[in-house]
Amino acid sequence: MLEIKNLYVSVENNEIIKGVSLNIKPGEIHILMGPNGSGKSSLALALAGHPRYQITSGKLNLLRKNITKLTADKRAKLGLFIALQHPVAIPGVSVANFLRSSQKALKVNSKFDNFIAILKEKMSEIKLGESFIYRAVHDGFSGGEKKKLEIVQLEILKPKYAILDEPDSGLDVDALKLVASKIENTAKSNTAIILITHNPKILKYIKPNFVHIMISGQIVKSGNYKLAEEIEEKGYQAIKV
Amino acid sequence: MPKVGKIDINATYKEKYGFTKPERYVFKAKKGLDKSVIREISKQKQEPKWMLDFRLKSFGIFKSKKTPSWGPDLSGLNLDELYYYIKPIKKAVTKWQELPKEIRETYEKIGIPEVEKKYLAGVGAQYESEVVYKSLKDTWEKKGVVFTDTDSALKKYPDIFQEYFSKCVPAADNKFAALNSSVWSGGSFIYVPKNVEIDIPLQAYFRINAAKFGQFERSLIIIDEGAKASYIEGCTAPIYHSDSLHAAVVEVFVRKNSHFRYTTIQNWSKNVYNLVTKRAFIDDEGTMEWVDGNLGSKVSMKYPSIYLKGKGARGEILSISFAGYGQNQDVGGKIIHLAPNTSSRIISKSISKDGGISSYRGLLKIAKGAKGAVGHVRCDALILDEKSRSDTYPTMQVDEKDCKASHEATISKVDEDQLFYLQSRGLSENEATSLIVNGFVEPIVKEIPLEYAVELNRLIQLEMTK
Repeated sequence: MLEIKNLYVSVENNEIIKGVSLNIKPGEIHILMGPNGSGKSSLALALAGHPRYQITSGKLNLLRKNITKLTADKRAKLGLFIALQHPVAIPGVSVANFLRSSQKALKVNSKFDNFIAILKEKMSEIKLGESFIYRAVHDGFSGGEKKKLEIVQLEILKPKYAILDEPDSGLDVDALKLVASKIENTAKSNTAIILITHNPKILKYIKPNFVHIMISGQIVKSGNYKLAEEIEEKGYQAIKV
Repeated sequence: MPKVGKIDINATYKEKYGFTKPERYVFKAKKGLDKSVIREISKQKQEPKWMLDFRLKSFGIFKSKKTPSWGPDLSGLNLDELYYYIKPIKKAVTKWQELPKEIRETYEKIGIPEVEKKYLAGVGAQYESEVVYKSLKDTWEKKGVVFTDTDSALKKYPDIFQEYFSKCVPAADNKFAALNSSVWSGGSFIYVPKNVEIDIPLQAYFRINAAKFGQFERSLIIIDEGAKASYIEGCTAPIYHSDSLHAAVVEVFVRKNSHFRYTTIQNWSKNVYNLVTKRAFIDDEGTMEWVDGNLGSKVSMKYPSIYLKGKGARGEILSISFAGYGQNQDVGGKIIHLAPNTSSRIISKSISKDGGISSYRGLLKIAKGAKGAVGHVRCDALILDEKSRSDTYPTMQVDEKDCKASHEATISKVDEDQLFYLQSRGLSENEATSLIVNGFVEPIVKEIPLEYAVELNRLIQLEMTK
């Protein structure tokens, strides 16, 4: 289980997350929604261990281990994954080299020959050309291509807990369906998902266990998928705190 | 896949390259430099009189020139304390087994004989002042290719030697070229006859073993019309408390329609001053490429240059440097367009870490009359911490209207978001930084033959883990 206990997060001394608590169990899909600037991405980055997002109070437990003070790589090794809203480019480092290094670091079992074959298969499934595996990571990728590469990593690296920060933004309808089905499959293989989205459309294709609404650094309401429908109809204004 | 100079990244330079062997020699000149030392060197080599005269004249030039003050600090270099000539064995051999044990072991440890078998057209190995081992595969010898040490070439091919020697880098070029001209010893002589294409590299390996020693190899390379060849040099030395000097001169003549690539992986120990003059003259439609990797040495001053003398000639300089603790890599390149429709490119990538200083110093000159010339310079610097420094000194001189000359430069730091991204995929901070650095140098590393690219990447990794 991933336990978030009364978490406070600051960026350059500005408090952005103000007491968030959540419990996430294997195989569950949690949707985190909220208006721009409500702190969703900050929460995601703090969970993954970005050094700019300082946890000032509260606690994070992953599989009963306190990870509050662990660096990002140690959290990843315990099975935590983040798909970034704005993935950065790593010029000169090929997708294949990057993912192979990552697989080795995370001790995901796969032989090298196998690895290239699997990677090519996953790339073509998500409609990124096979040639992408020799391109530099996210370098010169379009918005949609970046999102797809993040999802391919989710499949290859097989984390236990995955935070997906707007994996749906910038995707056309077909790509959206594809990405949604990948996310659902991942959850079916018992990976827990925290999906941050602005776009209730993705909920046509994904059935979440929980929906949480975040406003001003706090989770103000939690419910099931009906809460998302309510938001789509009435907007965040209608949420009674 | 053959591995060149296999490196265990957990081993330090000291274990892999920095070891010392007992000093051995059949002749060692007295300490310091004067005319008697120069006469003795020439006598040992049984040279023709013109060469002794050339040496003595060059010595006068050396004494008259001031130590350059525009670049790195050279005040730690005490020229009076050095030994200028050490002859390790009587005569170069053509079989590794014939070398004295400690010299043979040195090259075996570095991995040269193993690579030679699998990968190279020929090998020259210089130990202290002299080439001790040389080989050239029969295939190439039969086609008239010459690959030998420069001393032997002076005796065996006097005409061609005198036609080219010091015509590209005259003694008066700079103080250290003058020093080399007065005490030069060893180095590679390459002649590739017309229309002969050597498709695998020739390699030279330079080793300093003695302390307080100056190595002054002198290479002379002639690629005749329509020919093609590539050459790779590597260099290492033990770690001493006192400093050593490596002041080489390399002269390259690329004739009409020919193609030559010269690759250096410089990995001297961090007590070596590496002050080298390298220059190439290119005739019509010829192509010259310098691939220059500088990882070792205390101070390097090296600006390989290309004179595009014939119409349509092409030149390329790819430079990678890594400056760690106590190192100053002052490197770059010079390209001089002297004829119409010539083209050139300089790409420089430097990395500084732990207080190291890397500088790009370069010249792009387009002379009047070089109509249609195109020259481009790009230099990128990556600084890994607050203590380290990177400087750029690009000079552009354009005296022709009908041409294109451009320059771009970037200086960057390892980005926090890039580090986080890689760490979020399980890589440690160190692994993540190494991967970013490998990516940074990739545009140059991909130009190097795979085996050497692997070595270069490992050397960089080795530097990163310090």
